[in-house]
Formats: sequence, structure tokens, C-alpha cells
Amino acid sequence: MRVRRLAAWTALPLAVTLGLAACGSGGGSGTGQSDPDAAVRIEIAEPQHLVPTNTNETSGSQVLAALFSPLVDYDEANRPHEVAAESVTSSDNRVWTVKLKDGYTFHNGEKVTADNYLDAWNYGAYAPNGQNSSYFFEKIAGYADLQGDEPAAERLSGLKKVDDLTFTVTLTEPYSEFKSMLGYTAFYPLPKAAFSAPGVLKEGYEQAPVGQGPFRMKGSWQHDAKVEVERYDAFPGEQPKVGGVEFRIYQQPTAAYADVLSDNLDVIKTIPTENLSTAGTDLGDRFRQSPASSLQVLAFPTFQKEFSKPEVRKAISMAIDRDEITKSIFKDSQQPARSFVSPVVAGYRENTIGAAGEFDPAKAKAAYEAAGGPKKIELSYNGDGGHKDWIDATCNQLKANLGVECVGTAEPKFADLLTKVKAKQPVGLFRMGWVMDYPSMENYLGPLYSTNGSSNYYGYSNPEFDRLLAEGAKAPDEEAAIAKYQAAEDLLAEDMPVIPLRYGQNNYGHSTKVKNVQMDLFDRVDLLKIEAVS
Amino acid sequence: MFRFVLRRLLQMVLAFFGTTLIVYALMFAGQGDPIQALAGERPVTPAQRAYLTEKFHLDRTGVGGFLYRYLDYLKNLLQGDLGQSLTGRSIGDILAAAWPVTVKLALIAMAVTILFGVTAGVLAGIRRASLFDNATLVLTLLVLGIPTIVLAPLAQYLLGVRWPVFPPTAGADPDLYALLLPGIVLGSLSLATALRLTRTSVAENLRADYVRTARSKGLARRRIIGVHVLRNSLIPVITFLGVELGNLMSGAIITEGVFNIPGVGFNLFRGIRTEDGPLVVGIVSVLVVVYLVANLVVDVLYAVLDPRIRYE
Repeated sequence: MRVRRLAAWTALPLAVTLGLAACGSGGGSGTGQSDPDAAVRIEIAEPQHLVPTNTNETSGSQVLAALFSPLVDYDEANRPHEVAAESVTSSDNRVWTVKLKDGYTFHNGEKVTADNYLDAWNYGAYAPNGQNSSYFFEKIAGYADLQGDEPAAERLSGLKKVDDLTFTVTLTEPYSEFKSMLGYTAFYPLPKAAFSAPGVLKEGYEQAPVGQGPFRMKGSWQHDAKVEVERYDAFPGEQPKVGGVEFRIYQQPTAAYADVLSDNLDVIKTIPTENLSTAGTDLGDRFRQSPASSLQVLAFPTFQKEFSKPEVRKAISMAIDRDEITKSIFKDSQQPARSFVSPVVAGYRENTIGAAGEFDPAKAKAAYEAAGGPKKIELSYNGDGGHKDWIDATCNQLKANLGVECVGTAEPKFADLLTKVKAKQPVGLFRMGWVMDYPSMENYLGPLYSTNGSSNYYGYSNPEFDRLLAEGAKAPDEEAAIAKYQAAEDLLAEDMPVIPLRYGQNNYGHSTKVKNVQMDLFDRVDLLKIEAVS
Repeated sequence: MFRFVLRRLLQMVLAFFGTTLIVYALMFAGQGDPIQALAGERPVTPAQRAYLTEKFHLDRTGVGGFLYRYLDYLKNLLQGDLGQSLTGRSIGDILAAAWPVTVKLALIAMAVTILFGVTAGVLAGIRRASLFDNATLVLTLLVLGIPTIVLAPLAQYLLGVRWPVFPPTAGADPDLYALLLPGIVLGSLSLATALRLTRTSVAENLRADYVRTARSKGLARRRIIGVHVLRNSLIPVITFLGVELGNLMSGAIITEGVFNIPGVGFNLFRGIRTEDGPLVVGIVSVLVVVYLVANLVVDVLYAVLDPRIRYE
């Protein structure tokens, strides 16, 4: 009697399981009909802000990409082309004229005019507003007057309205790639309704941002839960192929991955490292990879005597087997890097560091000893970013190939590491990552290696390099600019202030309910291309 | 009884201020560079740094700075204002959104614990050294041995993805069914402990003098166990459950993360990761209150269960 009752207890859940499994759909990927009115569900993290000039992380910028249409976008070769702008032109690279396309309206019905752009940019640049992306406007004339506790001016002197659909931007110095910058989130316009008074953003605007893009808000931002948008039918540009998007907020990518596996979520933008080895079998052709803009390097404190010689720095680079580390530690989720700029920008060349990027232990050791490299090397990294494995692997390679002592030192957070580096404490080599702000070679060179660069933590200074960058900015056209930047990159290859190690990749996946999922240059899902499968 | 509760309430006020002071001091001492932590690895512009520094008085350092910021915090707290997180959201709003779902989850976990843990514990206690007793011993040892960080993803994979009995994640506005799996996972650890506690307690009381007396008086077995033994055996279990309720509400960091439930643990984790001092202190302050109240309720329940205990 008891035995039979026990058997019934085990049989019940089994039957339920089998029944449910039978209900599951067995559809393949990308084969069904596209459903233009269905909504797709995309994973993001909780955005920090949803004001264009205050948003500089991917989650916020993914949502804003739905709500706003940029002035320019990028083609296959990563060159900018006009979207919301009719034209962006300049004769001297200093005074740029932006003409807007007619017919764009904000989601509240307001017509988009030049004033909307000027108001938004002035708001973003005004220091007391504390906007995260204010540095995007620093090339515009008058930016300095808007800085400090009590700025001298409230509006950028370099921005002038010509007529309702035209305005000019005067830069402090000529910059040939200004047009490329305009595709970034910070350069979206804001409607009049966003302001409660001139220059004062309305309280709560970011809870339900009003934009001029292909989608409009459906309800408001539900913190830690989701942001929903629906197609805006009056949008005059290219219409999206889905009826709406639900940006679902996840704190841990593993949770999102489990949801994609069971079709509860359509797109995961970053598959967690621990699932990468099985993602190929779990998702099949729904596991996708595309180049991303990030670059991982090991940087030298060039101000320290033992690392001041380029020969020492090159020898260390030569002693690291990049291919092995990307393969065995990163499971090919990143790509080995041998240049200072990422393949996602125009002007990228393969293998610009030449011999220093070729793994050659014998040559490396000879060169290292000849140059008198230090007997002990320290590699510093932030312990919260999953860097321990590759730092340890690199250390082991340096030990074996150069015959030196090597230790990896973890700082709790990247901020702690930066504090030490800024104070010029001896941390040894330290890891750095770079994600571009706008697709241009300059963005990989200027902030990182120019003498006054905002992220030049290694004390690298080369007047020739600075001169080439300045010339590139003044170059008459993009080709000429790229030539100068490439010459500057060649200088870096000679000096090796950092060792380029790996390029990032988007390792994303999608459910069986969507197709044509592509990532754009800013690591966002391309919302105009994605389709829902019915 | 009334005077007891009143005295405890007054003690709670002191305990509350003491703990917030300690938590605030710890956050203050452990704080590196919260502005950089917020920006991740991106450079922070001087304008942005100046803005946040002024807004959160981050330039006030040292003992004087600590007292200034703590008193400022207390002043706002007494006016019912928990302050703003570093991303500019009101902490009161964050908590208001986070609490309901966490409480729901904790109650489910609690229900699972009581329903299965206490029942199985009583059965195991009555049939000491039986097959059932030994089986539960092995099972509970197993559950106690597996940390939540393993158990939660495992349960999610097996019951959410591999055999989709439950939805793999619960999300922000979950129904009861979606919360069931996280609730069971969360409750499993306390379930195992409650089971072992109840079992020992029941087994011990069964051999007590008063049970022998009751039996010799000819009382029905059902009544002996149901009224006399159970009531006396529950005192340690109630103590445990009371403390555990506080734990369940705060300690769901892992479970809430795995099942993507934006509750209190989820926000606490984010606060710690981004060095968001105001957010962490705000959440912990509320958690302190939960613990204190849970403890008070436990103490009052003692008197109900055991007439020998009286509060003057």
C-alpha cells in the first residue's frame, strides 16, 4: 500500500514535466514569417540615466537609441552618413554647418528644430548640471566659459542658429572628424517640453523621455524592472520591423541567459563567461559574435626607471603568447590584438606593432637581458572584473619566457588602481581597457597617449606624436586625417607605452522568436534591423 | 507584558541608532572613490566629479567630516527622508519598490520551511532511528552542504531550463507560481535547519517526565504529541524561525540575483558593488528594524507557548 502511494507521488511530477515539455514549441531559428507588430524583449542592466547628455553606459544608450534618431549613423566601412541631418558640412573643419531633415517630430507632436539641438547641447555642456557626457562638447567654442562652480556663460558661444532647420557649430580648433562624433548619444536633441525653464531640465523627464526616434515610450521607466517602447508611426525615417521593444532589466547576465534558453527573453547582449563554452551547443546558430570597440592593454608606468626603455617594453610584449591566452582563457570570446586601434574604426591596420607582437621567447629573453629589464615584474589589476585568470597566465608566461619573477596584484576596484597610478605609486604594469566614445582613430589615440590626454596614466609624452595628432585634426578631409593618425600610431609602435593584448567581441545570443539580430558600433542591438518571428 | 514591550521598544531605538552609526562608519571607512566606482572604468570629468562631490559632501573626510555627514544623514532620516542614491534616485522609492517582492519571497520561503521542515521534523522525532529519520538526516545534510550559490543556479537550470516546470526567472512583478522556485531554494537552507531542530526537540521531549505521566494517565497519543510535546518542542524552533525571517529578507542577495527579482538583496548587492553609501545605509537601517521587530515578536511568543515564562 505504502509503496503504491509513493510511486504515485513520483509519477505525478514526471507526468507534469512530460506534459509541459510536449507543449514547448520546437521551432527553429530565423525560419518563420516576420511579424511587424510583435514586440521583442532585449536584456539591459538598470540604466544610470535616460537623459542623452547624461548617459554614457550601454544600457541607457540602448534605450535612448530606440527613442532618438541620431544626426549621423555609420556604414559598413564605419564612415558616418546622415540620418536626421540633411547634411553636415564644413569648409575649414572648424565651422560646421548642420542642416536638419524636414518632417521630424517629437513624440509629443513638437516639430524638431535647430533650437532643440542647441538647447540640449548647451544643457549638457553647462558644468553645474553635472552631466556625464559633458566632455563631448569640449571641442566646441565657449566650452571653457561653461565650466567651474559659477560659469561665466550659460550657452556655448560656438553654437549659432541660422534658421529653423540649420545651425552652425564653431570649434575652438579644427577637427576633421567632428561629423563622426555626432552619431553618439550625447548629441541627440531635446524637446521644449523637456525643460521647465530655459536651461532647467524638467523634474522627471528621464522617467519617460520624449524623443524624435522610431520608438516612443509606452508608460514610464519601471526601475529595476523594464522600459517599454512602441513604434512611433509618424517617424519619417526608416521604420523598424517590430511593433515595440521591451528592455528588460537584469542585474546578472546568468539570469538573462537562462531566460534566452527558454525563450523567455529574446536577446542577451553579453553571454556570461561561464556559459561561453556551452553557448555553441545551447544556442546553435543563435549564438553570435561580432567585433566590439573595446581594447584591453597592459600599460607601463613609463615614468618608472625600469620601464623607461622601449626595448624592455617590447621584449615583454614579445614574451606574451596572445593567441594562447585568448584561446584557452577567453574561449575565443575576445580576439588577440596587435594594433593600438580597434578594427571597428576606419583607418585600422592589422599588426602595427610588428615584431613586438610576434611570440618569440628566445628573442624576447635576449632582448630583455640586453636592455637590462627588471628582475621582478608586478602586474596590477582590479579584482572585481574577472581579470585574475589572464593576469596569472600572463605572469606564468613572463616567468617561463623571460626568467623573471612575476606576481599579479589585485586592487579591489579599478578606481583604487587608478588612484595609485595617478599618485605614481609603483604598481608595476597595470591593466587598462578602452571603449571608444565615437568611431574614429583619434578617439583611440588622443585621450590615451597625447601628453595632456584625459586617460594618459602612463606618463607617456612624445611631442612628435602630439604634433601628428594636431595635424590630423586639421587635415582637410578624412583620408588625410587618417594618414596622420596612422603615422602617429606607428610612433606608438616604436615606443610601446602599452602592450595591446585583446580586442573585445560582442558575444550575444537570441531566442527562436527573433531573427536578424545585429549589434552596432556602440555594442547596442540594431533596433531597425531586428525582426520578430511568428 | 505591556511594560516589557515598552521597554523593548525603547531599547530598539537605541539599538537602531547604534547600528546605523556602525554601518555608516564602516561604509565611510571602506569608501574608496565612489564617483569612479559609479563610472566603472570610464574617465570621470572634473565637472562631473565636482558636481557629485558637492551634492554628497564627499570632500568631507576625517572624523569631523564623518560626524558632519552622519548627523546630516540622521537629520534627514528623522524627517523620513532616506536620501538619494548616487544615481539620483530617491532611496525611499527604491525601497518601496523592492520591499513587497522581497516580503512575498520571504513568506513563501517561510511557508515552505514550516510546512515541510517542521512537519518532517516532528515525524522524524516520533519515529526516531526509522528509515524516514535516516533519510531526512542524509537529505538535510546534503542541503546544508550545498551553498545557495550552487543550489540556486542548479535549480534554475534543472527546473527552469532543462525541464521547464517553472519559469527560469521571476522578474519585477511576478505571480505566485514564478516565485515558488526561488522561494523553495531560499527556504531550503532554513528548512533543513528547522527540520533538525524540531526533530531533536521532539525526540527529547518524548522522553520527558511529563510525557510519561500523561501516558500513564491514559491520554491519547495524538493529544500527547499534538498538544503537550509539540508546544514544548516549538520554543527553540520559534527562536530560530524569528531570526530566520530577518535573514530571509536580507540574505536573499544570491537568490534574488539568480532569479532576477529586484528586491532588497538585489539593491543591496548593487549598492555595495557601486560603493553607493547612502543606498547601503538606507537598506541596512530598515533591515535592522526588521530584525529588532522579529526578535520582539519571538520573545512575546515565548510567553504564549510556555506559561512559565512571564514578562513583568
